[in-house]
This record gives sequence, structure tokens and C-alpha cells, in this order.
Amino acid sequence: MSAPLHELGFLEAADALAQKTVSSAELTAALLDRSEKLEPALNSLTWFDREAALAQARAADAARAAGDARPFLGVPIAIKDLLNVKGQPCTAGSNILKGYVAPYDATVIARLRAAGCVFVSRTNTDEFAMGGSTETSAYGPTRNPWDVARVPGGSSGGSAAAVAARLAPAALASDTGGSIRQPAAFCGVTGFKPTYGRVPRYGCTAFASSLDQVGPISRSVEDAAAVYQLIAGLDPRDSTTSPRPVEDVLPAVRAARDLKGLKLGLPKEYFVEGLDPEIEQLTRAAVDQCRALGAEIVDVELPHSRYGIACYYILAPAEASANLARYDGVRYGFRAEAGDLQEMYEQTRARGFGAEVKRRVILGTYVLSSGFHDAYYLRAQKVRTLIRGDFERAFARCDAILGPVTPTPAFRVGEKTSDPVQMYLGDVFTVNVNLAGICGLSVPCGFTAAGLPAGLHVVGPAFREDLALKIGAAYQHATEWHRKRPVDPQGGRP
Amino acid sequence: MSDYVPSIGLEVHVQLKTRTKMFCACPAHEEGTPNVAVCPVCLGLPGALPTMNREAIRKTVKVGLMIGSEISLRSTFDRKNYFYPDMPKNFQISQQAAPLCIGGSVEIEVGGQKKTIRVNHIHQEEDAAKITHLENSSEIDYNRASTPLMELVTEPDMSSPDEAIAFLTALKEMLVYAGISDCNLELGHVRCDVNSSVRPAGTDKLGVKCEIKNMNTFKGIHRALEYELERQMETLRAGGKLTQETRRWDDVAGVTLPMRSKEYAHDYRYFPEPDLPPVTLDAATVEAWRAELPELPAAKRARFIRDYGLPEYDAGVLTADPAIAGYFEATAQKSQNFKAVSNWVMGELLRALGEKGETIADAKIAPEALAALIALVDAKTINMPAAKEVFQILFDRGGEPAAIVKEKGLAQVSDTGAIDGFAEQAIAANEKVAAEFRGGKEAALMFLVGQVMKLSRGKANPQLAADALRRKLQG
Ligand SMILES: [Zn+2]
Repeated sequence: MSAPLHELGFLEAADALAQKTVSSAELTAALLDRSEKLEPALNSLTWFDREAALAQARAADAARAAGDARPFLGVPIAIKDLLNVKGQPCTAGSNILKGYVAPYDATVIARLRAAGCVFVSRTNTDEFAMGGSTETSAYGPTRNPWDVARVPGGSSGGSAAAVAARLAPAALASDTGGSIRQPAAFCGVTGFKPTYGRVPRYGCTAFASSLDQVGPISRSVEDAAAVYQLIAGLDPRDSTTSPRPVEDVLPAVRAARDLKGLKLGLPKEYFVEGLDPEIEQLTRAAVDQCRALGAEIVDVELPHSRYGIACYYILAPAEASANLARYDGVRYGFRAEAGDLQEMYEQTRARGFGAEVKRRVILGTYVLSSGFHDAYYLRAQKVRTLIRGDFERAFARCDAILGPVTPTPAFRVGEKTSDPVQMYLGDVFTVNVNLAGICGLSVPCGFTAAGLPAGLHVVGPAFREDLALKIGAAYQHATEWHRKRPVDPQGGRP
Repeated sequence: MSDYVPSIGLEVHVQLKTRTKMFCACPAHEEGTPNVAVCPVCLGLPGALPTMNREAIRKTVKVGLMIGSEISLRSTFDRKNYFYPDMPKNFQISQQAAPLCIGGSVEIEVGGQKKTIRVNHIHQEEDAAKITHLENSSEIDYNRASTPLMELVTEPDMSSPDEAIAFLTALKEMLVYAGISDCNLELGHVRCDVNSSVRPAGTDKLGVKCEIKNMNTFKGIHRALEYELERQMETLRAGGKLTQETRRWDDVAGVTLPMRSKEYAHDYRYFPEPDLPPVTLDAATVEAWRAELPELPAAKRARFIRDYGLPEYDAGVLTADPAIAGYFEATAQKSQNFKAVSNWVMGELLRALGEKGETIADAKIAPEALAALIALVDAKTINMPAAKEVFQILFDRGGEPAAIVKEKGLAQVSDTGAIDGFAEQAIAANEKVAAEFRGGKEAALMFLVGQVMKLSRGKANPQLAADALRRKLQG
């Protein structure tokens, strides 16, 4: 008896479609059936259109029947509600974009479309990707498939939960301060944030432009590498993309068996007070595993990493305050009826944005204001330079850095919503990677006694995606954590 | 001698003549149907990102080169934040920290006095959309949104409305010359913020500054400045105090009025534009752009006076339009009679173009043809009326003057026998006038010459006709 269709990963689905053991329409329908069944409990998706998805799948099947041999033709993928897919709603989890239908494809979407992928569903996100729990979404919180009383992490909690619950073989997500890696860790799946400038941001609704990066959430490093390769590379529409060619990393990733000859750094700053003892123990066990695979483990220092959260929560809101200014009710999205222009602006934004978005827009406006600009924004820019320098020095001593992704396992829904600072501290291990503009991978590395997943963080130098992915793949080859799956949640929302 | 000295500074916004917009591929300068030259980028749709228009950069750098600015080999873009429906992103991408061109100056001349106006900097930015306010609503045309703009900021070096206009005229001439902008004021290609202050004569410290926003005609700027400077001086003379403020020109009432602080009091919260890497230029590129610069009007005028021996007036008229100047030079190269070329271009050619509403590019008369026509006149092969007739034919359909002269039989009659005959006929038919001449009325001869011309159907050499008449009347 073969496994159910929804169990297929991204590359497995591609293989099955190529061998014609399954059609894209069958696979897509199976995922949609499963989504309909599990969504009441999970709330990981913001939108799907069965007919539209099946039409795309049937077109892929017809193309294949006509001899089209594109390797990912007909493979379904879920898309974070931040990415513009022409003709689909794109709301960034916000009421202010309710009813907005994207008139164009993001570059990453255009690339997946050209590869023949089927856009099966859209996944939930914290509003404008601002949050670490997917609780700030206008669609309500997404639940963690491992324990529906808990959050899936965020902001790409919808993508992580959907992949963990087998609603899609893989999903696109975005990571500004940990938004791919942290939910991947919370949901026991693989998440990869490429180097800043590696993947085009054109068409990814902006949160913080100098930090945002699109990447995959998947069930394995191999799958993450496959999706990454489809979307990476220079984009004339995004001036911050690098002209470096994207090398074919898939053969090396698939062949990775050991870590011989690699020096992996362990920052002492990542094992300090506040780190959950179970997470620390699981991370150290994963590091031991890497040593057993032949890596030499060396101590490194990231002395400025403790300023990362403060620095991030100045720079990201500053950029966001400008990026979100366009949601004003004038051209598109929600508009509050009001007497005059000023009142319309105020009412539209007051009613359209949720509390967390307002908090960050106010914070960002404040740190850029005359009289405060130098003390906050400029100083944070200097700290960012120091953090980048930390990593450069560390990478002179090691090939990649290992550590925990999150300080704790998934917390309960509502547990931190009243304490934003506690929520922000959850990004402590991930934000520095964005501030430094380098790449980071989260791979499942075990479970707490309560059965909650933990993630191992593999941080690579800029444009060494190949290295981070090979390390993650070798680890996954030696472990079974990424193959564990949650029991299907029952019934509706708890 | 006035008791107060004005200081005037200008912030001049100029739309650059580029094919596409500043940060997207939409056509710039779409003046037709509203909201057709738009895309996700210039509409500020979620996820859209700007990309740099290098042609706009090149044009702004060329302006810097023309006025002697220091060109920044690394310049950066910043976001200028403010809410208004004409700005799709509610921030304008501009340059604050590191603009493209630093310093520079423009020479002006008012009442025979030359003066140097210093420029603080020129930066690159994007234009806003066009808003039309109706009775109960407003209409926004985003065709104009993100059109490339340069903003040139002067030092407060001008001390009269005339100097301000002289500066703008000199700048406009330069920009049109170098193909930077069409500077069409009706289409809003040039818009100015005008800063002014007055200080007691004999003191150095600048007075309190008032800014008049968004002026778009030179005449309006002149009137607004005259009013505003007088207002400031009157206020001070009456013992009043001026406050730094932003004002608006009411063209109908002919007064400046304070704007509500809400209309302009912004903390723009500038910060570096994260979506655009710094613009870097290498010295070789800048030098290549410098080599593309045309000769500037002032230099060209001086050269026309020196090399062609033209009066200052002629040089001024001919160089006002680079295309006309080019036509003059092309013609002058084929002719020895530079003054005649100048007369024909300034006179007949500009008149004919004006009548037809054409530009020199449309003219069918080749510079070689005009030179040949002048040669025919100089050789007395044809007279002036005939030459004008030939010119009109050349202008209307082109061709070669000698052939037209032959075809139309316009060659002058220099045969004294024939002219003598016409002279006799003219005297016979106008005995009274002939008697007046004999009685000493010299002017009467001109009438008789006219009659000879008429009888010869315009072909008689007027000089020979006059000679023949004199001989017959006095002989
Ligand atoms: Zn556009």
C-alpha cells in the first residue's frame, strides 16, 4: 500500500508526477480535501480556490501529456499571504488589504509559474509579517499542528503549520527577523532564509526592506534547496538582488552524508540564561551529532549579538513606518468613509491596521523623528555594522555557525499577546542573521518532553547557501526528526 | 538708495526629458488620457520596488557639469515622508544626505551688470501625481507620478525680482540647449519655491526668510517677489516683526498669503532608501558625459560676434534656439556674407516658420540653398523682391535657387537698352512726378524707379533703373 498523496514532499511529488504515478489534479485535489478537513482546527490558510487550483493542475497535466518535461511541472506549493500572485487576493494578513486582488506576479511567483508549479493555497501570516506567533493576523491565529493550544510561531506560521500538517509539500514564506526559521522550528519542519539579495523581493509586500527575504518552508533540506533554486537569482526589478549566478546545489545537497573537514562555530552568547533547558539540551545533542558526522566544533564570539533585538526593533519599524504609509484608503484596499481627507486617512488606518502594526508604525515614526533620529535610527545603523563585523570575524574561524533557533518551544496561544517585549525576545537568535544579511537554516532536532519540536540553527556566510544546505542535509541524513509528523488535529478550533 | 536689501534664493524643480519615469519603465510626460502611464511601481502597489533611471542621472549630472558643480561619484537616495494623495507611496524618493551635484554657479546679467549666482546643490527626485480639485472632489492623474525631477537649490544671492528672473531665464536656456528639459512652463516642467528676506542696508546678517511655494510662471514669480519684498520692508519700516513662514501667491488678488501650518509643517523623517543601492559613477563616465555637452548659449553668442562679425543683437537672436544657431552656422559655412545670412535667418526664415507654426527641423530650404540664394543677390543676378519670391518657393518646397530663378524668369534685367526703354515709358506716363524731380524733389525718383520695376515685372536692376532715370531727366 502506497502512502497517501499528501505525504509527498516537494521533490517526491515532482518524481511521482514525472513517473506519472499521480497526476497534478489528483495531488492538488487531495491537498485541498485535506485542507478543508483540517483547516477548522488549524486556520493556517487565508484563501484557496479549488476550481482555480484544479484548473492550473489540469493545465499542468495536459502539458505533461503533450511532452512537457519541466521537472516541477504540476507540483503544488502554498504561498504566504504576503506574496503577490496575479488574480489572487493578497492581504498580508491585514484588514486594510481586505478585498485587494494582486494585479501582478511577484518575481518569485513568476519563476515558480514558469517552472509549472500549482499555487494551491495562501497561508496565514502575522499582519504585515509583524509578529512571532501568527496571532496578529486579521484572519485570527493559526494553530500549531503539534498542539493546537499553541502557536505555530510567526510570522510565517501559516506556511509552517500547513507544511507540517501536510496541506502542501512546501510553502513560500518570508523572513525579516526570523519569520521563516522560528515557525519552522516550532512546527518541526525545515525553513531556509537565504542571504539578503539572493532572492528577489519584487512583489513581496514589504515589511522592512533592508531585512526582508523570501525563502522556503519544507519537510526536508533537499526540498528547501529545490525551491530555493527555483526562486533565487538576479532580478532587474529588485536592485538589491545580487548578480552572482545561482549554482546548482541540489546534487551536493542530495549527496551530503558527513561534515568531514568542516569547522562549525558555537557562539557562547547563544547558550545563556533565558534559554529553555530542554531546548539547550536538544541543541547540544544536535551539535554532538554534527561532531559525530566529522565536523570540528569551535568556540566563536558574537559579542554584539545581545544588542540585536534592540537594533532590530528600531530599524525594522523605521522602514515599516514608511513602507506601510501607502495604505491610506486613496488608491486600493480598505477605505473608511469620512468627511475630509485627513479624517479619511486617520479612520482608514485606525480601523484597517491591527494593534501590533500600529505599535510598530508609531515606534518607527518616533525613531525617525527630528530630535530622535540620531539617538535611535543612526545609532542602530552603527550597531548593525558591528553585528555584521561579529559574523565576519566568526566566519574567519569557522565555516558555519550552529545554535538554537528559538529560546523556547512553541508557547500557548495568547500567552505573550499582552507582553510585546516578551514576544520580541523570541527573535533573539534569529534577528542577527537578518541584520548581518547572511543565510540561516532551521532543521528539526528533536522534541521536548511535552512533544514540541525544536530547531537547530545553521548560519552560513553571505552567499554560502550551498554550505548551510549541505550541513543541514548531512544532519538530516543522519537523523529522523524531520520525518516525524503530528497527529491530525480533530474537530474545529479549540 | 533703499533702506533695505533683499536676498532671494530659489529652489527650482525641473522635469527631465527622459523616455521613461524615474523608477519604472512607464513612459514619462504622458499628457493625454489620465492614469494610463502607470504600473505597480509608480502606483505604489504592495510589493513593488523602484529601479534607477540612469538617463535621468546622466541628465542631472550634465546640468551639474554645465554650472561647474562637483559631481558625487557616490550618491544616495533617501525617503522623504509625508502624506498627500499625489504621492502614491506617501513618501517621495529624493536625495538628502548625498546629492548628485554639489555647488556650482550661474552667470546672470541685469541692466548691463554681470553677477554670479551660487548654487548650493542639485539633487534627483521623483515628481508627484497631478491633482485637480473640483467642487466636491479631487481627481488624481498618476501619469505624472514619478516623472524624473531635478531640484536645483541656489544660495540667497539674488537681490531683485529682475535678478531672479534673469537666473531662471539663464538656467532655462541652458537646460533647453543641452536637451535636459523642454522647460515648458505651461506643462509644469519648471516649478519654483521662492525664498526671500530683507535686511537693513549696510548689515550682513540675512533677515527672516519667507518661502513662497509652488510658483510656475516667471511673470508670477516676478510679481510675487515684488509684492513680498515690499510687504517685508513695509512691515519692518512700520516697526513690525517678520516670522519665518511659508506663503502662497494669489495671482488674482496679487498678494502672498500665509499657508496654514498644517499645509507645510512637516517633519519629513528622511532616512536612506533601502530599495536602491547608492548610485556610483566613475570619473571616465562623468568625463564622457561632459564631452556630450553642447556649447552653452553665452559662449556661442560670444563666438558668433567674434567669428562672424555679427552685432550683439544678431548673435542673441540666432543663439536663442540651438537649432536656429546650427542652421545659421551651416549656411554661413557655404557663404561669405555672414551678415546677409544672419539677416535672412532672423528675418525671412523666422517669419516663415512663425507663420506656418513650424520649427527649423521642418524647413525644406537647405542651408546650401539659402547660401546660393544670397550669392545670387550679391552677384546682382536677382534683386531683393525676386530673392524673396525665390525664398518663399525654397521654403515651401525646397529646391535649387538658380533653377527657380531660371524657371520663373526672375533674373534681373541689367541690359541698359531695355532699362532705358522702361525709364522713358515711366517718365512719359508720369510727367507730373518727373517735373517734381526736375524741380529738386529727390524723393520723386524713387517713385519712378518703382514704376520701372513694375514695367519690368520686378526684374530690372534697381540701381541701373535709377541711373537711367537720372540720365534721362537731367540730360
Ligand atoms: Zn510606472
